[in-house]
Amino acid sequence: MSWRRFIRRKYWDAERAREIQAYLEAETADNISRGMSAEDALSAARRTFGNPTLIREEIYRMNSVSWFESVLQDVRYGIRLLWTNPGFAAVAILSLALGIGANTAIFQLVDAVRLRSLPVKDPHELVEIKIIGGNRGMGLNGPHGELTLPIWQEIRRDHPPFSGVFAWGKDQSVIGEGAALEQVNTLLMSREGFRTLGIEPWRGRLLQDSDEHACPSSTVVVSHAYWQSRMGSRPIDGTTKLLVDGEMMQVVGVTPPSFFGLAVGENFDIVLPMCRPKQLARNIFMISVMGRLKPGWTISQASARFTGLSPGIMAATEIQGYDSRAVARYRQFRLGVYPASSGVSYLREAFDSSLRLLLAITGLVLLIACANIANLLLARATTREREVAVRLALGAGRLRLFRQMLVESSLLAAIGMGLGLALAQVLSRVLVHALSTQDDAVYLPTGTDFRVLFFASATALLTCLIFGIAPALRASGIDPMAAMKAGGRGATASRERFSLQRMMIVVQMSVSLLLLVIALLFVHSFYNLMTFNPGMREHGITVAFIGLNKSHLAKDRILEFQRQLVGEVQTIPGVISAATTTSVPLLGNSWTHGITAGRVENDSKFAWVSPGYFATMDIPILRGRGFTASDTGTSPRVAVVNQAFVRRFFDNADPIGQILRTHAEPDYPATIYQIVGIMPDTLYNDIRGDRPPMVLAPALQFPNPVPWTAMMIRSGLTTTAAGEAVKSRILSNHPEIIMECRSFETRIHDGLVREKMMAMLSGFFGAVAALLSMIGLYGVISYFVTRRRSEIGIRIAIGAHRGQVVAMIMREAGMLVAAGVLIGTVVAFAASRAAASLLFNLKPYDPSTFAAAAFLLAAIGALAGFIPARRASKLDPMASLRAE
Amino acid sequence: MKKKSSEAAQTGILQGTLDMLILQTLVPGPAHGHTIAHVIGHRSEEILLVEHGSLYPALHRLEDRGWIAWFWGTSENNRKARYYRLTAAGRKQLHVETSRWERIVRAVNQVLRPAEE
Repeated sequence: MSWRRFIRRKYWDAERAREIQAYLEAETADNISRGMSAEDALSAARRTFGNPTLIREEIYRMNSVSWFESVLQDVRYGIRLLWTNPGFAAVAILSLALGIGANTAIFQLVDAVRLRSLPVKDPHELVEIKIIGGNRGMGLNGPHGELTLPIWQEIRRDHPPFSGVFAWGKDQSVIGEGAALEQVNTLLMSREGFRTLGIEPWRGRLLQDSDEHACPSSTVVVSHAYWQSRMGSRPIDGTTKLLVDGEMMQVVGVTPPSFFGLAVGENFDIVLPMCRPKQLARNIFMISVMGRLKPGWTISQASARFTGLSPGIMAATEIQGYDSRAVARYRQFRLGVYPASSGVSYLREAFDSSLRLLLAITGLVLLIACANIANLLLARATTREREVAVRLALGAGRLRLFRQMLVESSLLAAIGMGLGLALAQVLSRVLVHALSTQDDAVYLPTGTDFRVLFFASATALLTCLIFGIAPALRASGIDPMAAMKAGGRGATASRERFSLQRMMIVVQMSVSLLLLVIALLFVHSFYNLMTFNPGMREHGITVAFIGLNKSHLAKDRILEFQRQLVGEVQTIPGVISAATTTSVPLLGNSWTHGITAGRVENDSKFAWVSPGYFATMDIPILRGRGFTASDTGTSPRVAVVNQAFVRRFFDNADPIGQILRTHAEPDYPATIYQIVGIMPDTLYNDIRGDRPPMVLAPALQFPNPVPWTAMMIRSGLTTTAAGEAVKSRILSNHPEIIMECRSFETRIHDGLVREKMMAMLSGFFGAVAALLSMIGLYGVISYFVTRRRSEIGIRIAIGAHRGQVVAMIMREAGMLVAAGVLIGTVVAFAASRAAASLLFNLKPYDPSTFAAAAFLLAAIGALAGFIPARRASKLDPMASLRAE
Repeated sequence: MKKKSSEAAQTGILQGTLDMLILQTLVPGPAHGHTIAHVIGHRSEEILLVEHGSLYPALHRLEDRGWIAWFWGTSENNRKARYYRLTAAGRKQLHVETSRWERIVRAVNQVLRPAEE
């Protein structure tokens, strides 16, 4: 076997032919010189030489790579067969492409969210330092905020297991001013960051030590995407400046396009050096710290080292202003080291179980597609019996036939995989798009890497084995004698022969039922969420997020200014009522206070709201009163509590007139409030969440005025129009204010993107599964009818009614569907529990869902069976008998 | 499907033996196919190479293994012909095969005519 000769074997054949010719000429010449006649000389030469064709053939064979050639032959034959059966080929390839494509698309997401390493140097060395078990809600928490700046300073000073260490955080900034104001995502980075990550600048330079100084910063680095889209890829020089948060900053460089930050699924527009504020807040958890392990250190060794260092670090960074118990809790915090080679991600936590479930669903869809193709191939194998029998009779090896059948299946699988990969690119992009919302765009690099390719080809190989083996075994196992004798004239087909096909239909039907049940569960759950009553108004509410940084108000003027703003908004035509709150409900914000009331010490949610809040949000006051204009910063402190609060702190006794005392926290000294009203329990920060104890206090009694507020605005306008009106009114009066408006309802629904995705995708795949099973059942029943044509013909000839024929075929289909539904119900009952944690207000064994799925599948089965049954009943008995 | 060695089997000699004979023929100097066939035919009194054609697959194989090399030359009667010559590897192979052959012959002779009886 020689590839070199194989590739040039035409040349070699000609070469040898010439040589043989040369021999014959020489021999003939010799013979003539020995005195033979020319004719005798040539034939004598030929005799001496032997058969030249045989010799050439032998040499030709020596030059061939036989297994390769026969496979090539099989492939060519396979393509011809597919070509002559375009219908079969189209159904098989399309369903495979859809199956493999869907699987690959979901896998691409899993890959992007879970498996990919950060695009930095030696990502496996990267680790993250976190408080073991988290900070348990202490202080204020920013996105990806694991540690405080003081803790970071301690780690920066002493970090034996690391060759490098840096801190990073996420923030939002505004660029430009006035109408051209634009909100951007900011990556905060300590000066060591890019150096430790090993990231090289795309243009200019990245951060250097001199960039990190007192706040505010004066230098900024922009992302490649921002540089391209907003700065027109202009060269970076001394005159490149951006107005960031009202400060003119020097743009010094551009990060490379592959670097999206350290949080998978998010991106950033600009990088600001982590500046040093005059006072390091000890209670703001706003940064993450990552390090690079020194060679020789393992993660557990490093973790143990930091746990050992923790008591010293915590003592040095202790938060002041808390009560003694909170301080003691803080001192107990221990640091641990965790792998960070693939970065950090909220998506990972939020979508992990969903993606795994989706992968299982798409796997099952692929299984159904495989069963379909296997059935089609089986049906075709039966019609090809004669061909196979003839080939066997002529001496073809069974192994050779088996291989040829497998080559045909592999051909299907390979084409399906190619199309599937292409489809996956589109699907995964659509998916990422579906995960994004107006305010939370998801950025995921969903390219095809080696893992995706491996996954797709492994899937294709597996499918090929699943659907290819049985038909190949069947075809190569034919007894030629029996097949030749029976070929095409079997009056009735034996039941035994169909059993495999029947089995596969039953499997398909049961898997379809399972998928339909899951789809209906998710759709139902999503519907429950969308229509769930949170105990407050969602519709027609506009939320305005208002920043007063640029107003430069004295701290004691801020609350009064906010009160004025509410007044201004309320005069806008169309606005019904408006109110400020320190904590917008249902959008993920949380504000917890330690409270003592009655004899109970416990936590409660807390918010300070302006008097119109209850009316705006449609929250009734059950007993007592709400807030009025006379509840001011100087009047007695009052509070409205919810029923859960009454249960927790007063054991359901009447709390009106009782007092509650908040525990001291930095900027929030211990304060006594008198309870003046009771409101019903409302959902807190998550529509999927619970209704915890809650205290509302008047906005003007807020102890720590910050230049920021959220305003809930109820209007008769559309939320967009209301937003525009509010914005133009406020900005015309106070152009220095930074604000944005959102529809409350839309923002809540945006938070349900996971449920929406599950409902959409499981619904889609459920429908695809049902469709594929319908095609499968239709195919098999049609095939039965064709095989039993003569039997049906005889039945009709001897007087069977058309209805009886239809009933006979339908019985056949009905049995298969019924068996599938029965098995599927049992399987779904067991399997749907896996989805329980993803369902809202719905039991995974919801009987109405099961019934609906079974009914749907039965209807689909009836339709698939009826068409061939009707065709059978229309059979002309004479024609069908004569055809024999 | 035919077995690969059918032609060699027809001539009644083992494949390795034919290879050895060809290599031996080329020891004095390069030769073309016709000459090689006649030399082997004559020396063995037409016993070893009944059909001269079976020489060519053997030549093809030897060339493939790098034991012989070829060049274009002109034959005695002024024809262009493919000439074969021994390569260094071929020389080594010839040595291996002849010594093995001699061992076998000695062993077979020992069995047929024991030295001391």
